[in-house]
Amino acid sequence: MSKAKKTVKVITIDIEKCNGCRACEVICSSYHAEPKYSSNNPARSRIRVIRDPLKNIFLPVYAGEYTPAECMGRNKYIIDGREYSECDFCRASCPSRDAFKEPDSGLPLKCDMCEDDPTLEEPLCVQWCLADALVYEEREEEAEEEPKQEDMEIGLRALADKYGLKELVSAVARMAQKE
Amino acid sequence: MRYAEAGYNLEVDLSRGSIERVETDPKLTELHLGGLGTNSKLLWDRVPPEVEPFSPDNLLIFSTGLLVGTPAVGANRTIVSTISPQTLFMAYSMMGGFWAAELKHAGYDKVIIRGKSPDLVYLWINNDKVEIRDASHLQGKGALETADLITAELNDPKAQVAAIGLAGENKVYFASIEQGRSSASRQGIGAVMGSKGLKAIAVRGTKDVFVARPAEFIELCNDVLKYIRFREENPIPGVMPILAGLGSPQEMAVYDEKWHTASFAWGNARVRRRNFWTEEIEEKWTNEQKEAVERLISCYNCPLECGAVIDYPVLGISKYMMKCFSKLTYTMAALTDSLSFGFDIAGRAQEYGIDGFSAPQVMAFAVELKEAGILTDEDFKGCPSDKEGRFYWLLERIVRREGIGDILANGTYWAAKQIGNGAEEFAHNNIKKHEQVPIKLGMLNPIYYLMYSTGEKINITQIEGQFPQAPFPTRKEREDFVKDWFQVPDEKFKEYFVNWEPRGEYSMPYYPGIEACCEIVDWMERMHYIDDSLGVCAGLSSFPLKPPYHIHNYPKFVSAGTGIDIDEEGLTKIANRNRNLTRAVNIRRGMRRADEKPPENHWRRRFPELEKELLDAYYKFKGWNKEGIPTKEYLHELDLAYVSEDFERRGILKNEQS
Ligand code: SF4
Ligand code: SF4
Repeated sequence: MSKAKKTVKVITIDIEKCNGCRACEVICSSYHAEPKYSSNNPARSRIRVIRDPLKNIFLPVYAGEYTPAECMGRNKYIIDGREYSECDFCRASCPSRDAFKEPDSGLPLKCDMCEDDPTLEEPLCVQWCLADALVYEEREEEAEEEPKQEDMEIGLRALADKYGLKELVSAVARMAQKE
Repeated sequence: MRYAEAGYNLEVDLSRGSIERVETDPKLTELHLGGLGTNSKLLWDRVPPEVEPFSPDNLLIFSTGLLVGTPAVGANRTIVSTISPQTLFMAYSMMGGFWAAELKHAGYDKVIIRGKSPDLVYLWINNDKVEIRDASHLQGKGALETADLITAELNDPKAQVAAIGLAGENKVYFASIEQGRSSASRQGIGAVMGSKGLKAIAVRGTKDVFVARPAEFIELCNDVLKYIRFREENPIPGVMPILAGLGSPQEMAVYDEKWHTASFAWGNARVRRRNFWTEEIEEKWTNEQKEAVERLISCYNCPLECGAVIDYPVLGISKYMMKCFSKLTYTMAALTDSLSFGFDIAGRAQEYGIDGFSAPQVMAFAVELKEAGILTDEDFKGCPSDKEGRFYWLLERIVRREGIGDILANGTYWAAKQIGNGAEEFAHNNIKKHEQVPIKLGMLNPIYYLMYSTGEKINITQIEGQFPQAPFPTRKEREDFVKDWFQVPDEKFKEYFVNWEPRGEYSMPYYPGIEACCEIVDWMERMHYIDDSLGVCAGLSSFPLKPPYHIHNYPKFVSAGTGIDIDEEGLTKIANRNRNLTRAVNIRRGMRRADEKPPENHWRRRFPELEKELLDAYYKFKGWNKEGIPTKEYLHELDLAYVSEDFERRGILKNEQS
């Protein structure tokens, strides 16, 4: 594989600044609606604010890769005396919880940094976070080039994991027949 | 396809245990928008004036505003409406927080509760699945504690819970409904919830809320955010810190309390402590507040951080969330110098679920009655003698309705009647039987006179607004202020303000003139009625100086959000319709001109002649007759002919008179 320059997009999350407003969830779900901004539904957002005010937990987490299986072991974090539950920091769309899944289909969600044409100045969650708990920066890095797994493939994988590959194949065959 | 709204209400009859999902008539949205507007319509249609507040036939309506669930910044209000046990008129109290958006996403605009459950229950709304569940194990539990227990038992930390505490269960006339960082606390709606045997409503929703014209709508939202940023960077010069920015008064972030402590009355709304705010107090209070406030927090989709998590372990209370002015109400009513006391008792009171405005005044009223010998040692048996101890003792009695607490739990007006023996004189800070912010001032303010007298919310903080409360000292300052004052509905408001002098010919009470006062009050009120139907927080709109929402961008929000095309005039008409329908509910329950007055001693200098002229003029301006009843012509103009017919049938409006 060849070496190439790539842009790494970084969002720094300052959990002490987060006020728990969930504006980031609102704008994310709205932006990713089809057509754009036509609907709002934080349950579809690719950022989730884990919010437990009386435990002083205000934790925005971004959706990362889909995973078919849950972790073998779990970890609790205690930071500044606050105990975070086992899965709080995890970015995965995973069978053990309902976060980062489309509410109806269960298909996995993943933060795409609001990729758009023309490119946005900053991801929208960052723009809408007036508390500056989310701060965006870009930097250049050298990286291995990797073929990008297509979105469709990720979706299919999830469906196969949920219903079994055989079920999926016969469902696709049935659909093809009806077309 | 319905935009901005869900198009469904949830009808729950607790007597029969029935739950129905009912589609709403889109025509009603065009006529009333949503929130308070459609709540008033329901109360008008379904709660006749004979229905007592605690009757199973009274409705308790939890409504989202029309824009709640869209990305409109700060559109997060739940508007709770019912008939108040205290005023016997329509009560509507709003709460921010996260509950309303969750309900909209569950697919409902309102939850309408009727009937009465024989046993304590709670309601669990999980999208289409709705159940009435046993709450006997939650009896007597605190409001926040209840929310915790319910989310744990449902195993859904994302469920939002609105609950009552012990005070609501015991039908204290100033019991609140609490919801995390927010509460709907005025006029005893928590008591109505208690009377229905309903401990809490938990809700979780994961459905889409649509807007009609997405690109336009989001641009409007972005403009609002941009203006909020601008206002954060450019506080209004020359006013005290809590008036300089946006949001509900920033009580959790601001340490400087010189203005409140000097201008508001202490004790039973009696004494002014003009020199209270010393360097020493400032240092002490600042430290206490820093100690208590763990983090500033916002409501759903709003950047303004008006609330705070309070963590003050030395007090021996558990953590809670505070907003707004309850920080000072208990301390000032108890006449102590301790802010910690305020944080402490407010936390306890919130678990019990009582109103942070009324409760401290009821307690101060009791203390005064005791000092005057009208309440006796027997009534106070076992009560400590120190200022703070007395308040704690009274709190425990009131929420349990024990001993003297049983009488005090009815609020100062009804308690004074029951106690007799001259006690009425001590219930002196009420409007329409409801305790008001304790302010006692010198010179009559004609604008506030009208707001106090006629506001249907019966609560000054929900009538007043963006027209400055007093003139700025110099003409130069006033001219500077109006320069970028684009929120005014008409240029003439700038002129009224520029010419308004602290002293001399152009000062209160005769300036602003009567006509100008009517226009100013009407503008303030119109904005509140729009907010309350859209569910936008007053802290971003009708309440602060130079807000991001105003009469010029609201019609665009409604049009792009709902697809109902509307202009300023159309929106104003809806606001007037809602305002008059709300009033009609109260007129039918007997409200008349005689009820419309501020507390006797609100100002030292009163002008009965002028006040009469003001009220006459305002009634006329509003299309009401001399008794404050909307006229037939005006009701017809507002498409409320059915109201005037009802008024005529009941003899409230005579045929010939209208
Ligand atoms: S927008 Fe910012 S402050 Fe609000 S919840 Fe998201 S990260 Fe926290
Ligand atoms: S302005 Fe304050 S009270 Fe209003 S919604 Fe925003 S945070 Fe809540």
